Amino acid sequence: MDPHRPEVWITGLGLVSSLGEGPDAHWAALSVGKPGATVDETRFEPYPVHPLAAIDFSKQIERKGDIRQMGQWQRIGVHAAGLALEDAGLAGDEELLGKTDLVVAAGNGERDEAADANILEALTNGTENTQARGSVLNRLLQTSFRPTLYLAELSNLLAGNIQIVHGVAGSSRTYKGEEMAGVSAVEDAVRRIAGGQGQLFLVGGAFNAERADLGLVFELCGALWPHSFKPVWRRAEDGGGFIMGSLGAFLVLESETHAMARGNQPYARISCIHSGRGAGTSGSPRGATEALEALARELHGPLGILSGVSGAEPATSHELEWITMLDELGLQSQVRAYGTMLGHSVEAHFPAGVALAGLAVSKQALYEPFDDTGREEVREGHLDRVLVTGRGHWRGEGFALVEAAAKQ
Amino acid sequence: MSKPQQSNDGEQMGKSLTDDKGRPVVVVTGFGVITSLGRGKNENWKALTSGQSGLHHITRFPTDGLRTTVAGTVDFMGLETYSAPALSTAMASDAIVEALCQSRIGDRASFPGPLYLATPPTELEWPQRKALFASPDEESREDGYKQLLKAARSGRFKDVFDKFQFASVAETLAEEFGTQGLPISLSTACASGATAIMLGVEAIRRGDTDAALCVATDGSVHAEALIRFSLLSALSTQNDPPHKASRPFAKDRGGFVMAEGAGAFVLESYEAATARGAQILGVVRGCGERADEFHRTRTHPEGKPIIGAIQAALDDAGVAPGEIDYVNAHGTGTQENDKMEYLSLKAVLGDRIERVPISSNKSMIGHTLTAAGAIEAAFSLMSIHDETLPPTINYDLPDPDIPLDVVPNRSRRARVTNVLSNSFGFGGQNASLVLSGEPA
Repeated sequence: MDPHRPEVWITGLGLVSSLGEGPDAHWAALSVGKPGATVDETRFEPYPVHPLAAIDFSKQIERKGDIRQMGQWQRIGVHAAGLALEDAGLAGDEELLGKTDLVVAAGNGERDEAADANILEALTNGTENTQARGSVLNRLLQTSFRPTLYLAELSNLLAGNIQIVHGVAGSSRTYKGEEMAGVSAVEDAVRRIAGGQGQLFLVGGAFNAERADLGLVFELCGALWPHSFKPVWRRAEDGGGFIMGSLGAFLVLESETHAMARGNQPYARISCIHSGRGAGTSGSPRGATEALEALARELHGPLGILSGVSGAEPATSHELEWITMLDELGLQSQVRAYGTMLGHSVEAHFPAGVALAGLAVSKQALYEPFDDTGREEVREGHLDRVLVTGRGHWRGEGFALVEAAAKQ
Repeated sequence: MSKPQQSNDGEQMGKSLTDDKGRPVVVVTGFGVITSLGRGKNENWKALTSGQSGLHHITRFPTDGLRTTVAGTVDFMGLETYSAPALSTAMASDAIVEALCQSRIGDRASFPGPLYLATPPTELEWPQRKALFASPDEESREDGYKQLLKAARSGRFKDVFDKFQFASVAETLAEEFGTQGLPISLSTACASGATAIMLGVEAIRRGDTDAALCVATDGSVHAEALIRFSLLSALSTQNDPPHKASRPFAKDRGGFVMAEGAGAFVLESYEAATARGAQILGVVRGCGERADEFHRTRTHPEGKPIIGAIQAALDDAGVAPGEIDYVNAHGTGTQENDKMEYLSLKAVLGDRIERVPISSNKSMIGHTLTAAGAIEAAFSLMSIHDETLPPTINYDLPDPDIPLDVVPNRSRRARVTNVLSNSFGFGGQNASLVLSGEPA
């Protein structure tokens, strides 16, 4: 990026996952000893999931009524957002929150699975007459759905709930489109800060893996992993697939000048971000490969890579092409596929990767290898630069470079 | 700072390529629109300015037992089988073609900029769920989602269901029109159309691109969507006759009417547009947005965020409240929206608001939800060009609490320089645009 543009600092992290809550818990779980994933293989058999750790939502969401009106993905997201605001020293600061711009990556909300099951039974066992079936559907829909649950289902209502619960009241935008929504959200905030169009952002997403209705859409295109747990890099031999992981990840991104004015220290800065449609699509440029190559030619020294690859194919093979390219350019890179540890969290996955990268840069070290495939080598020495990649299970690719902030 | 204009036809001579804040001026060089009134801006404009309604009784699905039976569905796209993503894609594609033909930018298969797309919720609908549930290869059917997942695992439904991923509409359009980079899908609920335009404006002002394709589409009138809005008591139940169902700003207004449509804009930097000799159709002078932290469906009782969004748009445009001479209202026809919109406008424009004409396109086309902000921005530009303000129809009983000149029932000739177009959505989404005919 233009050296005259303001630096984009990460000044707050909020992370909840199967491994726990907050940066410290994640650092401990992923960098001390041999990291192990938390996986539940029975609840959604044959699909394993990484279930959310026990979280006390009332710590971030005071009013019971608010908790009740949200779907679980929204509770996860509102909680993570609250952690990030607290971490950045913004929680409760009405003036700053009133100026904070919110950018969220979200998919669909959650359906009433029991109501859907009842309706399916009635539609399947009842009349074949279209008109009569329509009447049955109308009656059942009107009697089975709680009105307020509709709001829990709207994509932009994670943002809406963050506004209400935490008082974030600058602007509010929600990006959609599976994994790439997460890249778009971070990219929107980074570009607006670097372009002088905003100073203070809360960015992130949330994903609830413990849902059959959400898994269904991914399984329809054959993207889920229907076997017992294996690390991301080891799934290709069985056709590939991802294991869903419950996760909420929010970042406070701030212009350097704004953060310095309020005396806030950064974890790291985001110095570069790119996205594209990805391999297998037409048009020019196809993806972010050219941008990554150009970036890599300017980099020296050790580079950590937090790969957002999911395990789904052919996306995971495309990711390996990137890593090979970086190796061939002579970068001393060490890769970690954080989906092995956290599961794949779709819209929230890239923000989670950026959060983990910010944390690693602030500790000046990369995480321990997440598997024993040999692809993830043991870390060595000081590290001040981590590349985060985001890759859609069926489309899109992107990356961000997270580096030590100059003033640290 | 402003550079002197080098113009090839002299018409733009002396106009600044940058605005009062030194940013590139963003112009419209092509736009397209589809609503229940028809295909294309000319057909729509003719109907709109003659006070014609596109609302009708729903025939797409049985409406037995429903409190609301009218909508502004778009039934003329020739789809073999309806689904929200299929209709949303078809309408967006049509509107984009119209915008590109007018703009003459790039070619049909290669647009020289990114796609910003506002799309409606995309998920499996009942016909697909039922087909999965009933798939015959299983001897013993399991319960609910277990059965659905089992059918999905068979892999037999892949081709049919690919389009129910959120990114599918944007991906299809990016492929068709060769837009650059990652196609962006967004939602700010019923403010989405305005947000899509705003993202394009921001990207051009940053210098990220010279051109952007900003599109909003919504084809999501199906039984479940209608019932969900109905359960929130948001919809008009004034079903007969259908053309009287939507009554924005009238005392007897009873809710909005769901509708479908799409709007597409080619935005360019003024500099790039003039350099290639493009016809300038309008200027997006300013954009403003504010989040509401008050309630999920209701607006702040003092209208603070709406006022903030309007004020932000004026500030961004460098336009004083007194320079707004027409308002294209959000005007949904719900009791709350119309009152809050009036109070907020009054707070910004002052007592003058009673004399500034304001009309709601939704009285005729219904509430096109995700697409509304883009469609209404298109009609705002047409108001400027044609020097005609479309009416707010069904305004038979004025509401004494909302003393506005709503251009009641008949269109009116008027010269307009700056239009304010408002869009508000559930989840505390507020966005406003200031549109003008030509660069200042």
